[in-house]
Amino acid sequence: MTGRFAIVSAGDALQSGPPPVTPRAVAHRGGEANHSAAALSAQFPGVVLRTAVVWGETTVFVRTESVLDVMRWLHEDQGQRYDYLSDVTAVEYRDLDQPIEVVWHLRSLPYRRFLRVKTQLEKTAALEVPSVWPIWKAADWMERECYDMFGIKFIGHPDLRRILMWEQYKEGFPLRKDFPLRGRFSRAEQLRQALAQNPEAKYSMEELSIADAFEDLPEEMRKRLGAGERTGE
Amino acid sequence: MGLVNRPATRSVSYEPQSQEGWVTTRLDFLVNWGRANSLWPMPFGTACCAIEFMATAASRFDLARFGMERMSFSPRQADVLICAGRVPFKLAPIIRRIWQQMPQPKWAISMGACASSGGMFDNYAVVQGIDTIIPVDVYVPGCPPRPEGLIYGIRMLQEKVMNERRADSRLRDEMRPDPTSQLYIPATAIDELSEPFGNSVHQTRSAP
Repeated sequence: MTGRFAIVSAGDALQSGPPPVTPRAVAHRGGEANHSAAALSAQFPGVVLRTAVVWGETTVFVRTESVLDVMRWLHEDQGQRYDYLSDVTAVEYRDLDQPIEVVWHLRSLPYRRFLRVKTQLEKTAALEVPSVWPIWKAADWMERECYDMFGIKFIGHPDLRRILMWEQYKEGFPLRKDFPLRGRFSRAEQLRQALAQNPEAKYSMEELSIADAFEDLPEEMRKRLGAGERTGE
Repeated sequence: MGLVNRPATRSVSYEPQSQEGWVTTRLDFLVNWGRANSLWPMPFGTACCAIEFMATAASRFDLARFGMERMSFSPRQADVLICAGRVPFKLAPIIRRIWQQMPQPKWAISMGACASSGGMFDNYAVVQGIDTIIPVDVYVPGCPPRPEGLIYGIRMLQEKVMNERRADSRLRDEMRPDPTSQLYIPATAIDELSEPFGNSVHQTRSAP
């Protein structure tokens, strides 16, 4: 990692070998596991509960309290370099006794690898997992969505509030299995509460002008604007 | 529907050969004729209906034939709100605000099944018909309606505009929402309008 915005080309950490091919006739269960799964078990003994390969993709189940350590290692270890967080979501099973699973989809562009990390949350305890926002800033909105839909609290998230439903939404968490499809309130009550939301309370109605954003602009653009170039405002 | 054969009494005849520079007509007719043929639409497109709406405005179907070539992306200069697509509850205060910002005279077209009734989205997030938020003049059925369908709805709206009477001042009175609930129509009416229909009646509203 040379700079903050180092350019990564896909596969540049691999030794020169045959070019990547699209796998064909992938088995439903079984097959070769991602090398990162074994490395993870060796690095964190007792943390990886089990590993499964489904449709050629590797899933590792880890202990909830170790999620942040595992993720940080996967991101920073030079043999892993999972630099791209493509999804954070959760799964609740129809069997209400099954724990809720939180799922992270990681991709390592330099090694061309995909890894799915899961952790299980018992419903009897508080639904809390550590936020991976300190590692990948992309987790910001995805964790907010996961909180909005499932009510899972991401400890350490800088701004954990609803993102799809409005912030005063009172009916609960829509993707939970105990949530009725039409919501809990009558339609009139839902409409009354929706009309009472005040979008302007959180979102500024003022437009950002070039002058306000001047300090955040790139160097060369500041130079051009300083020389008198018009912005069209 | 009276769209094709309009009564002859509503026409203005003008003969250039005769050098007489005057016509007679009713003031209602003149005002309505002007309004009906220069409706400026405010497109509120949220889903696939908006794609059909764009097709309606494009060259093949050519909305400009009906005096609607000027899409008004500001509600302050719009006459007719065309809601094309589903409206989630989160957008409810926004479409209400847009409607209130439009100056009189104004009309609303609810385009497509979702805007008219919630359509297939009988769930926690989608408004079951925008007539629970704003008054609607014309409903265009379809999922999505073809451009011909929308044009038929627009022609019906023009017919409605032509039949307005200036003596009836209530027509152009601004509706005032209920001050506590902010609803235009009673809550019981909204619940009745939003009743499930079709297959969705088998799904329960309450938690198991």
